[in-house]
Amino acid sequence: MSTNVMNIISGSILEEEPTLNLAELCQCCQTPAEFIIRLVDQGVIAPLEGESTRQWRFHQSAQIRTHKALRLRQDLGINLSGVALSLELLDEIDSLKRELNQFKHIAENQLFDSNS
Amino acid sequence: MEYKDYYEILGLKKDAPQDEVKRAYRKLARKYHPDVSKESDAEVKFKEVGEAYEVLKDPEKREAYDQLGENWKAGQDGFQPPPDWEQNFDFGGGGYTQGNAEDYSSFFEDLFGGDRASSGRYHRSGGPSGGFQAKGENVRAKIMIDLEDSLNGTKQSVKMSIPEINEQGQVVSKHRTLSIKIPKGIKEGQTIRLSKQGNPGHGGGEPGDLLIEVAFNPHKLYNINEKDISLNVPVAPWEATLGAKIKVPTPDGKKMDMKIPPDSQQGRKLRLKGKGLPGKNAGDFYVVLQITLPPSSNPKVKEYNEKMRDEIDFNPRSYLF
Repeated sequence: MSTNVMNIISGSILEEEPTLNLAELCQCCQTPAEFIIRLVDQGVIAPLEGESTRQWRFHQSAQIRTHKALRLRQDLGINLSGVALSLELLDEIDSLKRELNQFKHIAENQLFDSNS
Repeated sequence: MEYKDYYEILGLKKDAPQDEVKRAYRKLARKYHPDVSKESDAEVKFKEVGEAYEVLKDPEKREAYDQLGENWKAGQDGFQPPPDWEQNFDFGGGGYTQGNAEDYSSFFEDLFGGDRASSGRYHRSGGPSGGFQAKGENVRAKIMIDLEDSLNGTKQSVKMSIPEINEQGQVVSKHRTLSIKIPKGIKEGQTIRLSKQGNPGHGGGEPGDLLIEVAFNPHKLYNINEKDISLNVPVAPWEATLGAKIKVPTPDGKKMDMKIPPDSQQGRKLRLKGKGLPGKNAGDFYVVLQITLPPSSNPKVKEYNEKMRDEIDFNPRSYLF
C-alpha cells in the first residue's frame, strides 16, 4: 500500500456544524425515530429546541451520543436505562479525570519548583 | 493465516465450563468496549474478545476449534486447517450468529465463514441495478493531538485499521494512513468530521463520514480545560506582596508582559481574555500564581525572614481558633 502521496484532507469540527432535525439524526445514526424518541425520554440526548418532535433540533454531539447508546445496547446487552446510567457515569469519569489532571499539573509544578 | 488462541484471549483454561466462558466474555466486553475504555487499542481487543466468544460459546464450534488446536504447533504462522475438518461439523453455510461479518478475523473466516460467495450477509446485495441505495456507514476513530496542533491548525497523519474485504473474500484489517488538517481551536472531546471518508455507500450511495474524536496529549507547561489554557507561574513572595511586572510565555510561543497586582495570594488567577484556544468562542489564558520561597540556606533570606517574624504582627491562622 502506498502512503507516500497523500492529499491533506481538511476536516470540520462536528460540534460546530448546523443542528440536526429528527430525520437527519435518524439518518446519520441509521436508527428509527422511535429509538431517538426513547433516548430523549431517558434523557440520554435532549433537543436544543422544539416543542413537538417535528420541530426538534439536535446538537451535532447528539449523533455521537446516539451512536454510543446504540453500540452499548447492542454489544453489551444493556437496556436503555442502563445505557443512560452508563453514559452519565462515563461523563462523570471524564470530568473527574480532567479535574484530577489539573491538580496533578499543579502538583508536578510544585515538585519541579522544590528541586530547582 | 495466523492461529489465534481464543482461550488466551478470554483468559481461560482449556477445560473452562461454558458458564465461565460467558462470564469471562461479558467482563472483557465491558472492559474493552470502545465507548467505555480509554485504551487506544480497545477496538481491536474488543473485536478479538467477541470473535473468541463467538467460537467458544457454541459447544460444537468449540469442539472443532479444540481439535484444531492440537494440530497446531507454536510459532507456526502458516496455519491451515486440515482439508476435511469441516465435514464432522455442521456449520458449512454461514457461521455467523451475531454481529457483522466484517468484525471477524481471517482466521475466524477460514474456519467458520462458510460459503462466502453465496452469503448475502457478507457480500451486500446491490449495485445500481438492485434499486437499493444507501449512504455508507460513518466510521469512528480516536486521535491524540498536541495543544499546538489545535492552536495552529497543523497537519497530522492518522493511522487507522479498518476491516476490509480482500479479493479472496477474507476480512483483513487494512491500515490506512490519512493526512488531515486539524481544525483550528478544536477542543478535547470534540469530533473532526471528514466527509465521505467512511465506509463506501451501497448501490451507488455516497460514502459515509469518518468521525475522529480528539483528545490532547498532556503538555509540559500548559493545562487545558475546554477552551481555556492555564499556566502555573512561580513568583517570589515579595513580588506577590508588592506587585510586579513579569514576563510570561503565552501558548502562541510569544512572551508577554504581565502585571501582578499587590497582595496576590497563592493560586491567584490572572486572565488574558481570548488568548486560549482560538475559534468562534475563543478561550481565555490564565496565569496561576505559585508563590515560591527562596531557600533559607541563603543567609540574607534567613536574616530578612527572622526580622519579619520578630517585627511583623501577623497570624495567618487566626480564623482557625
